[in-house]
Parts: sequence; C-alpha cells; structure tokens
Amino acid sequence: MEVRKHYSRIKNITKATCTVQADGVGNEELALVGDRLAQVVKIVGQDVTLQVFGGTEGIFTNSATTFLGQFPSLRVGEDLAGRFFNAYGEPIDNGPSLTGPLREIGGPTVNPVRRLQPFQLIATGIAGIDLNNTLVAGQKIPFFADADQPYNEVMAMVALRAKTDKIILGGMGLTNDDYLYFKQLFEGEGVLDKIVCFINTTSDAPVQRLLIPDMALTAAEYFAVEHQQSVLVLLTDMTLFADALSIVSNRMDQIPSKDSMPGSLYSDLARIYEKAAQFPDGGSITIIAVTTLSEGDITHAIPDNTGYITEGQLFLRKDSEVGKVIVDPFRSLSRLKQLVIGKKTREDHPQVMNAAVRLYADAANARTKLDNGFDLTEYDERTLRFARAYSTLILSVDVNLDTEAMLNQTWDLFSEHFSREELGIKEQFLDRFYHPPVA
Amino acid sequence: MNNSSTGLVKGIIANLLMVEFDGPVAQNEICYVEHQGLSLMGEVIKISDRIAYVQVFDSTRGIQGGTTVRFNGNMLEVELGPGILSRKYDGLQNDLDALEGIFLERGIRSRALDPDERWDFEPLAKVGERVRAGDWLGQVTENHQPHKIMVPFRFKGFYTVEKLSAPGNYRAADEIAVLLDERGQRHSVTMIQRWPVKLPLNLYRDKPRPHKLLETGLRTMDTLHPMLEGGVGFVPGPFGSGKTVLQHAISRQAAADVVIVAACGERANEVVEIFTEFPELDDPHTGRKLMERTVIIANTSNMPVAAREASVYTAMAIGEYYRQMGLRVLLLADSTSRWAQALREMSNRLEDLPGPDAFPMDLSAIISGFYARAGIVTLHNGQEGSITFIGTVSPAGGNLKEPVTESTKKATRCFYALSQKRADSKRYPAVDPIMSYSKYLEYPEFVEYAAEHIHPRYIEFARTIKNILLRGNEASDQINILGDDGVPLDYHIRLWRAELLDFSILQQDAFDTVDAMTPIARQMEMVALVLEICQREFPFEHFEEVSRFYKKLINTLKQMNYSPFNSEAYQQYRRQTEDMVREQTQALQAM
Ligand SMILES: Nc1ncnc2c1ncn2[C@@H]1O[C@H](COP(=O)(O)OP(=O)(O)O)[C@@H](O)[C@H]1O
Ligand SMILES: [Mg+2]
Repeated sequence: MEVRKHYSRIKNITKATCTVQADGVGNEELALVGDRLAQVVKIVGQDVTLQVFGGTEGIFTNSATTFLGQFPSLRVGEDLAGRFFNAYGEPIDNGPSLTGPLREIGGPTVNPVRRLQPFQLIATGIAGIDLNNTLVAGQKIPFFADADQPYNEVMAMVALRAKTDKIILGGMGLTNDDYLYFKQLFEGEGVLDKIVCFINTTSDAPVQRLLIPDMALTAAEYFAVEHQQSVLVLLTDMTLFADALSIVSNRMDQIPSKDSMPGSLYSDLARIYEKAAQFPDGGSITIIAVTTLSEGDITHAIPDNTGYITEGQLFLRKDSEVGKVIVDPFRSLSRLKQLVIGKKTREDHPQVMNAAVRLYADAANARTKLDNGFDLTEYDERTLRFARAYSTLILSVDVNLDTEAMLNQTWDLFSEHFSREELGIKEQFLDRFYHPPVA
Repeated sequence: MNNSSTGLVKGIIANLLMVEFDGPVAQNEICYVEHQGLSLMGEVIKISDRIAYVQVFDSTRGIQGGTTVRFNGNMLEVELGPGILSRKYDGLQNDLDALEGIFLERGIRSRALDPDERWDFEPLAKVGERVRAGDWLGQVTENHQPHKIMVPFRFKGFYTVEKLSAPGNYRAADEIAVLLDERGQRHSVTMIQRWPVKLPLNLYRDKPRPHKLLETGLRTMDTLHPMLEGGVGFVPGPFGSGKTVLQHAISRQAAADVVIVAACGERANEVVEIFTEFPELDDPHTGRKLMERTVIIANTSNMPVAAREASVYTAMAIGEYYRQMGLRVLLLADSTSRWAQALREMSNRLEDLPGPDAFPMDLSAIISGFYARAGIVTLHNGQEGSITFIGTVSPAGGNLKEPVTESTKKATRCFYALSQKRADSKRYPAVDPIMSYSKYLEYPEFVEYAAEHIHPRYIEFARTIKNILLRGNEASDQINILGDDGVPLDYHIRLWRAELLDFSILQQDAFDTVDAMTPIARQMEMVALVLEICQREFPFEHFEEVSRFYKKLINTLKQMNYSPFNSEAYQQYRRQTEDMVREQTQALQAM
C-alpha cells in the first residue's frame, strides 16, 4: 500500500466515527486511525469524518491517522474458493494470502438492458418454496423469520440442494455457534471447493459488518461475470447489517426516519440486493438473505424496506396445530415464479397453487369462527381437515419432493376434500387431474 | 444563458457537494465535476452565499476538496425529436442501448437521439404562415404513427415561416425550416429541439376537464373506477400487493398512442420484463408491437438517487412533447414514493427543516405541481391531446396515513387502494372495491359520454355494483360478529351476491391470456348478466344452500372469463349459467 498522509490530532470522537483536519483526502477513501481501518464518510472544508470499522473505544485524540489513498477492495481469483475471510477480505482460516488483482468493492450497477430476464428454476425440494414460491436464478429473496426460527438451517438446506457452481456466505453478527455450524456443514457435505465465506461474528465490531455484503458480492460478480458461473449468495442477518447502518448515520447527526433507521435505508439496501442478476453470458447471481423480525412485525422499517426491494420473501413460522415450521403461504411471495411456473413446470401449477392458498384462507376464516365460539358449517370442517393435511404434507419445511409430486399430492388433497366447483380451476385441468374418491 | 461559471468543491456528504463558486450560478443549473478525467454531472439544488449545493447524479467516491466544478448555464433538459419511441433511457435520458459494457461505469453518457437518422418529412405549414411555439410545421412517420415537427417550444412570440423543406428524406439534424421573428431575425429549425424538464409546457388553448374513458381492459377500473383520458390517479399499496403487475397490465392494454413507463427507484428485473416482452407482444388496439408505442425511463433502485428525481420529470417532459402532437399519452411512474424519498435524502443532507416523517416541507406542493402537468388539452389548432398519469405509492409499513399518500390523494381524482388482505387471499387485482374511487363518475361530461359511447346504463351499473359490494361487506361483518346462524338468511344472500360480483367481475387473472384483458363491450355484457342474477330472489331455506348455489355460479362465470369472447365455450358457459338460474327460480315457483 502506498501510504500518503499522516495527521495526529483528532478533533472529535463518537462511538462509530471520528473527525480529523486534513487536506487532499478523497471521499470514501480508507485510512488507519491508530491501527484501525476507517473510511471517509464526510468532508466539510478541512474537517474529514471517518467511520472506524473496529469501533472507537480506546482511540486517543493524538492517535495517528494515515490516509491510504485507496478504497475498500478484495483480491479476486479462483483461489477465493474454499476459503474463509473476515470483513476486510483477510483469511481467517490460516490459509495462504490471496494473490489475485485488487478489485474495489461496491462497484457499478449492471446496465438494465444488459440483463437477461431470469429463466432458470431453482429446485429446493421444499414444497412451500417450489410449489408456492418458486425461486429463479438471478432472484433476490430473504427469509423473514423471528429469531427463534431455524432460518440458517433452512437457508443452508436450500443452498446445498440448489445446483449452483458457487455458494458465497456473508455472515453478519453470526454467533460463533452458527459460524461453526456453517463451517462444519460445508466440510461435512464435501462442498468446500465451491464455497467462499466472509464472516463477521458477534465478537467482531458491528461497523465492520457494513463491508460484508459488498465483499461477498464482489466475489460473486467475479465468478458470475468472468467465469459465467451460477453463484448463490447467502446474506445473514441483514437486520444486523441495517442496525450497523443506523449506528453510523446517527453518529453523523443525520435526521433518522422511521424506527431510527437512516433516511437512505431503501437506497442502501437496494444497492446490495440489486446485484442479483442473470447475465447474458450465462452467469448469474442469486441472493438469499435472512431478515430477522421482531415478533413477526413486517411493518418495521427493515423488513418493510426489504420487502419493497427484494423479489418476494419467504416467511417462516411455526404452525402450532401440526407442530411444524412452515413457509407461510399468505405472507410469502416469489415475484419471479410466474416466469417459470406452468412453463418449466406442469401447466396446472399456477392454478393449483392459487386454489390451494385460497382454500387455506377459507380454513383460516373457519378457525376464526371456531375461536369466536361459532358453529362450523360442513364446508368449514372440510377446509380445516384440508388445511391440516396441506400444512403437514406441503407447507412444512421438512418436505422433500419434486414439483410434479407436489402437484399430484395437492390434487389428492383437493379430490379428497372438495367438489370440482369449490376449486374454481379451469375445466381442462379438472378433467385431467381431479379424481374424487369412489363413493 | 450565462457564460459558464466555475467553482471548487469545499465539502462532500454522500452525493451532495458544497461548491464555492465565482460568477453567476442559477438554481437547478447543471454542472460537471472534473474528477480524474471524468466529468460527473450534477444539479444545483440550493445556493447560500458563495456556496452552491450540488446533487451529483453519480457516485462521488474519490472526489476531493478543491476539485473543479464547471457550471454549464442550462437547467436539466431533454432532447426531443423523432426516434424517442421504443428507446430505453435512464433518468437523465442517456440511451441505455448505446452505452458500452455490462456495467454502467461512472461518468459515461450517450446521446438521446441519433442526429443522422433519416426521416421522410412532409410539410404541414405553408411559407408565409404566422406560427408560434408548439405549432406544427411538418411531420414524419415514427413507428407507423405521425410525429409532428413543431416550432421549438422555447421560441417566444410569433414567427413567419420563411422557408420550409419540400417533402423528402432528411437527417434529423438537417434544417427543415427557417422562421423569421418579429424583429426580422432568422431562426433555423431542425427536427430536434431541447426543453428543460422541470418547466411545464403550456402551449395550448385550454385544458378542459377529462370526459372520455381510457379503456384499460381491467374490469375493476373500466367498470367500477374508470380512468379518463387526461385523468390522474394513483395506486398505493404495501409491497407485494400488486402495484407493478397492475401498472404493467395498464401499460400493455390501455387505449393510448404513446405509453411512457418511468421505472423510478424500483427493481431492474421489472424493466427487463418490459424490455423482453414488449417487442413480442401486440398492441391490442393497433395490432403493432407494443414496444413501438412505448418509451421506458429506467432509473432502478440501484441507480444514482439524484437521477431518480430527474427521471419522473424526464418522463413528463417527453409526455408533454407527444401531447403537443395531438396524441393520447399514458404516463406511468412506479414508484412516486421513491422519488419522494430521493427528495428526503437530499433535504436531510442539506439539513433543511424537516416536515412530517422527515420529508421536505414542500413535498405536497411538489407532488401536486407534478400531477397538474397531466391533463387533456385543446391545442391552438383545435386538436386534442392528453396525458393520463397514474403513479404508484409505496407507503411505509403499508400505512396510508403518511405524507406521500396523503399529498397524492389531494392531487389526484382516482384512488386504487390495494389491500393486503385481498392480496393474501389471492383476490387479484387486490384493488379494494370499497375504499377505492373514481371521482370522474360524478363528472356530468363523463356521465353523458358514458351513456352515449359505453353503455346506456353504465353509470347505473357502477352504482349498483358498488352498492351490492357495500351491503355484502356489512353482511359479512355481521356474520363475523353473530355467527352464520345468528343472522337472518338474507345476510348470507347479500354476502354471496357481493362474492359473485367479486369473483366474476372484480377478480381478473393478469397472467391468463384471455382473462387479462376484457374489452369494454364484453365487460358490459358480463355486468348485465351478473347484475341480473343479483336482482333475482331464489328460494333458499338454509344458508349453506346459498353458498353452494353461488359457488357453482361463480365457477361457471370464471370458466366464462377464461374463454375467448363469444367462442363456443363462452356461449356454453353462458347457457349453463342461465340454466342454473332458471332451475333455481323454477324451484321457487314450484313451492
Ligand atoms: N392481477 C394479478 N394476478 C395474478 N397475480 C398477481 C396479480 N397482481 C399481483 N400478483 C402477484 O403478486 C406479486 C406481487 O405483485 P407486484 O405488482 O410486484 O407487487 P407490488 O408492486 O405492489 O410490490 C406478483 O409477482 C404476482 O405473483
Ligand atoms: Mg412494485
């Protein structure tokens, strides 16, 4: 690194930032404050404000500030594969240093006219996903889950079943247990050669997390654009990323908007998620993220802004009636599913999917009636029986079927519980797939 | 226009620069930041003493204090001329197809129009004629539609046509006319002109109230909440409720000559869908490819935030240009909340006094000023042109009590509220029929037009449907409180009449080739059929019979919606419906 300028008087220190007087400094440039990495976030006259990734605890007013004349970067190359790094892109697995060329992270946007419309279905075996919320390569989609749901496990299962060339994990505020879980899982499944991990754990400084998504996505762009590979990026937990954003922006006296998040939260998250793309030469970046919720509240600024950006969300919750974790069919959505369902899958898929969810909604109404102490009609009773079976056999995350089997399974349930008219499905499909039990 | 001033960067906060300048600088003037051989475009958004606050339409990474800034003397402008249709622009009107590489590298630009493209020109004015800005001098054919070449909009006062090119094939940049102003000075006119996007174009005789239906093929709009040519409306809804699907359906199906889609701070894959599908899909009204009438302004959520604000103005300025040709323009913006958020980001950085939810204090004025640019107009030559504008709004947490929704409500006449509950139970489009409204139903001009051109009973139909839905809603509330057998049988009948209308008229599958678009004649036929059923009394003895009968009807009517108009299948389901109704009625007479 070419070292440029030293300054030894710090004017101002907050929990996440400090301000020095300096000249000739570039916006977003990296610096060392003492021995901690920092980045320029504001310049006013000679006052240069830096966000200190390692936190400012123990920084003295006379600590030396050295501007490095460069921006956050990652060395990219095939030697990234199979490795574990920290938020700065430095190995944490005792392996060799990287040797590839330095690439600035947080690079430019893909020209929308150079994107292809996503078209490759990603099968996971989980019917709550493949049947109701089908994933497509190039998509960006988070799991919305309360902290007590097994989101990391489900996400890892999806990653391992999806047939992709690379899996890149960006861990933010991971507990050490979760870190070891991912590590052992990847080793145990023998997929180490196709993973790359950037890890920030709960014992690392929170502001460091801000670098993780861009590190992971810079590696992903390298494999997807230069090697035409299909890359799956896992980002967990984006709620902790957003918390780190708010720490920095609040220290910079910005007016917070809803839930004390910065006013730029939407743009900040979109910049990351929009890196998902299907490239024209065959490579793709798919992002599956985790956004943890507080008591299922999706109106909080973090899940709310996320939902406006991502191409749907997979909402995990416990169905207490059948005692299983399910992909909630009401709150979940894959916005790209219509590009593949009924086209890459059997033609009846869209109608079967919608009919089942409508009937499941009828069951929810019946349950409300029951809770309010009203009598149920015979139809209500049937919807409830259907809902229990549907929850267990289709929505539960422990299901592992191919899509055709999921469709057949659903038709079995339709035929068992409902008449043709109650399904509201096109006649041509009813004629082919509906098979009432012989009376 | 001033001679260019220059300045030096004194401060940087994200994409906001503080620039100390010498010489005159104007509010909203465009400037370029000279950074390592690149010139990064910016716009002056505030001036205080010798400091200009500049929002940069690009990343400011690496810019240092002391960097030179050149002001260019103009406001943000669009380039107008033949060749705009079918193009894909970014928010600053760079032609995205003309930019090289997969990535949008910083500082790259491309020209909006090709000055060398050749067009067959045909004069419309005459030498010696007195003309003024916006008058038609001639026309070329752009994607099979006439495209007027007009007196440049900036020309003030009256002019005499001194020279006008004969019919023939010319470059867009060739001189096609010479105009003499009142002081005897000559002005050369080509097919291309420029106009500042933030200035409304007011070159018309008058702006009457909208009165003609803008047919969209969407039943919940055309039948129940009509949008008119030159009307304004908006679509608020939480994420995933169907704002974009609805707007895309409108953009594909509406009876408009020119459709401008401003993708403003939303997903790139959604514009890719338009890029991919519109060149293949047919315009249902002309049979030509949809792309031929469409312009896309793509400033997706990951593109520079400042350009997001510019993108809606770029779209509106292009819309006004086509309206001035006497065309029906439809302008769609998804989402206007992202534009408002871009304003909020900048005003926070400027440390302006914040209004509600930290939005700028003048948000409401900005929004209503923008919507006011839409409308139907009578040009000086007596021809009509219109801009219909429909924006989406993305309220935080889905809560409609927030500044963007409230300001937009004041500025618009149609309100298409998308409901989470309807979306959750897959009742698409999720337009809430109770909350939503079209104030145009009360316009006497439209009432008259509808009776003459749509259906003699159009207004009565709309009122009756709304009434049945309201009563159904009340009945449903009562049933929820009192239980199925705690209410009179009549409540169930009311509920199921509303359900019948909901399933057969309001709900529409945007992804089914037939159901997606219902021409207005077919809508009226269906409405007449369903309302006739709603008016009948049937002999039910138990509430379970009610739901069973109406569910069967719903099923047949849905099959009818899936069948091509007047096809054999359509007729067969129609007969089946009528038979079911007859049988049920006869059961009554038998009693
Ligand atoms: N009219 C419709 N018919 C069928 N599905 C729809 C319809 N409208 C919306 N959807 C479903 O809802 C999803 C979200 O719609 P979208 O318009 O993207 O929502 P928003 O823009 O409000 O976030 C779509 O991907 C689609 O699956
Ligand atoms: Mg949308």
